Amino acid sequence: MFSLLLKKLATLAPTLIGVTVAAFALIRLIPGDPVEIMMGERRLEPAAHAALMQRLGLDQPLHLQYLHYLGSLLHGDLGQSLVTREPVAAEFAALFPATIELAMAALLLALAIGLTLGLIAALERGSLVDQGVMGLATVGHSMPVFWWGLMLIMLFSVQLGWTPVSGRVGIEFDIPVVSGFMLVDALLSDEAGAFVSAVQHLVLPAVVLGTIPMAVIARMTRSSMLEVLREDYMRTARAKGLAPWRVVIVHGLRNALIPVITVLGLQVGSLLGGAVLTETIFSWPGIGKWLIDAIGRRDYPVVQAGILVSALIFIGVNLAVDLLYGVINPRIRGGS
Amino acid sequence: MTNPPKRPPAASPRGGGARVPMPAAETSPSPAGEFAQAFAANLGALVAFIVFMLIALAALLAPWATPHEPVQQFRDHLLQPPLWQPGGTARFPLGTDELGRDILARLLHGGRVSLGIGALSVLLALLPGVALGLIAAFFQRIAAPMIMRLMDILLALPGLLLAIAVITILGPGLVNTVVAIAVGALPGYVRLTRAAALAELQRDYVTASRVAGAGTLRLMLSAVLPNCLAPLIVQATLSFSSAILETAALGFLGLGVPPPTPEWGGMLSAARDYIERAPWVVTMPGLTILVTVLSINLTGDGLRDALDPKLRQAA
Repeated sequence: MFSLLLKKLATLAPTLIGVTVAAFALIRLIPGDPVEIMMGERRLEPAAHAALMQRLGLDQPLHLQYLHYLGSLLHGDLGQSLVTREPVAAEFAALFPATIELAMAALLLALAIGLTLGLIAALERGSLVDQGVMGLATVGHSMPVFWWGLMLIMLFSVQLGWTPVSGRVGIEFDIPVVSGFMLVDALLSDEAGAFVSAVQHLVLPAVVLGTIPMAVIARMTRSSMLEVLREDYMRTARAKGLAPWRVVIVHGLRNALIPVITVLGLQVGSLLGGAVLTETIFSWPGIGKWLIDAIGRRDYPVVQAGILVSALIFIGVNLAVDLLYGVINPRIRGGS
Repeated sequence: MTNPPKRPPAASPRGGGARVPMPAAETSPSPAGEFAQAFAANLGALVAFIVFMLIALAALLAPWATPHEPVQQFRDHLLQPPLWQPGGTARFPLGTDELGRDILARLLHGGRVSLGIGALSVLLALLPGVALGLIAAFFQRIAAPMIMRLMDILLALPGLLLAIAVITILGPGLVNTVVAIAVGALPGYVRLTRAAALAELQRDYVTASRVAGAGTLRLMLSAVLPNCLAPLIVQATLSFSSAILETAALGFLGLGVPPPTPEWGGMLSAARDYIERAPWVVTMPGLTILVTVLSINLTGDGLRDALDPKLRQAA
């Protein structure tokens, strides 16, 4: 297990370096003088310009600038926002839990519904239920997330008035930040009704963000389950008189899950991209909305950090999935 | 379009224009015929393909299909409901938007933009992707590690975020959208081509061709590449649909084609504020995107089943 981790990390090293180079280059590739880009509309005296160049280290050769950037990164320094003048890392840390909460809720929803639907479709193969589930999954897979969000708002928020349109909790509540996760913090606070309000705020964004993963998981579970159902050990399990649910869940689903987990790792990419859109639609104060707002405000250090951190999260999750894959499927552990 | 029979190109000497007739003993249909049959047998895929062709045709004929210009503003008809709702007129069958522009005209003209960006970005990713993939497969010692590590870096960001990063550097615009989406699709083509080419390189016909004196370029282009086409066609179809989705997503975020150019995602972005008063402004562009993407995905699934007999049996 440990050697597998080391091996994976070694192959990741060039990617990690490449990603930091790309993030470093991002600001320098934008046409124009970096100081002027950073100052935005404001005009600068040549002397002040030179002083700022020196302060930011921009007068040094590129490779030294990169090493300096890398050094700050390793110290957790992501630079300073041009708009708020706050350290980017602090802003990120404050917003990140909101995105994690949304993504986890979406993923749990996608897993619960996707697995169930895929399982039912596989067991009822060829039936109307199967065709219905697969039809829904195909539509869900092709869904423009941003439009889906607007349609759900139109139905549940505007027409039915069941859910709020934006934010994480009702404005009448003053929830002290403990964990950053609104559901947890709302429970910890003694404000009555805050938790319900937080759940109401979370449901719609989570459904929207979870739709594509749900469709992919349902399809993958079905096809993987169909393959497992043909295996000899399934027949053996049935023949030795195990309860049908036990055969399906313990012997079947457990083995069918292996490809599903791989797909799950790939879906994290769709979650990260989807979070940008979902957070924008629902004004969810997470890193996706932060990134888009920063682009609009030309706050390039924030954009740079947002892109870099997204890449690192994506790489990290894929690494975790690779390792998890090794735990579930021992055949992979020893070999390649 | 489909898998040619696997044979060394050296075995067909000077096969100019005329086709060599099939030997009389052979009764199985031609690969193309077999493919057409398999695709047509899949009713869902066939219907999806027809739907997509209709959408593409409508977009192509947009200037002749509607009497209104997509940017023409009818100030007396702001937010006019569609035909089937009270207050709708046949003059604007799908209604008008907040500036009094005909939604049908914008959807049709927007189709040219969205489908055009999709098709161009597929081409822009496919051609270099295939070339890099072939190079990585043929020069495994020198070129492959460099190319594949570079692709790993591109793969470190999910498609939409990579596109956003590219747009941040290049700025919004039609051409930049194409580039941004193509960059994200590139690694898929490189990996796919390399994997398929590596598998083909193991085969006897490649060895035979090499022994017969075929150069590297000839081996690449006329021996290996034609046999890698099936998965590439499927990949191109699927990345076409995701390119359309990404174009719309960028447009929705205000990072795509700038207004007033009609573009499906941009139309949705502008319509958000009218969701209560004029739902059709939101519904129409989204439905168009959904139906288009769905029809391409279903066509792609059908293509995959028809082109890859192994998958066909498994399904």
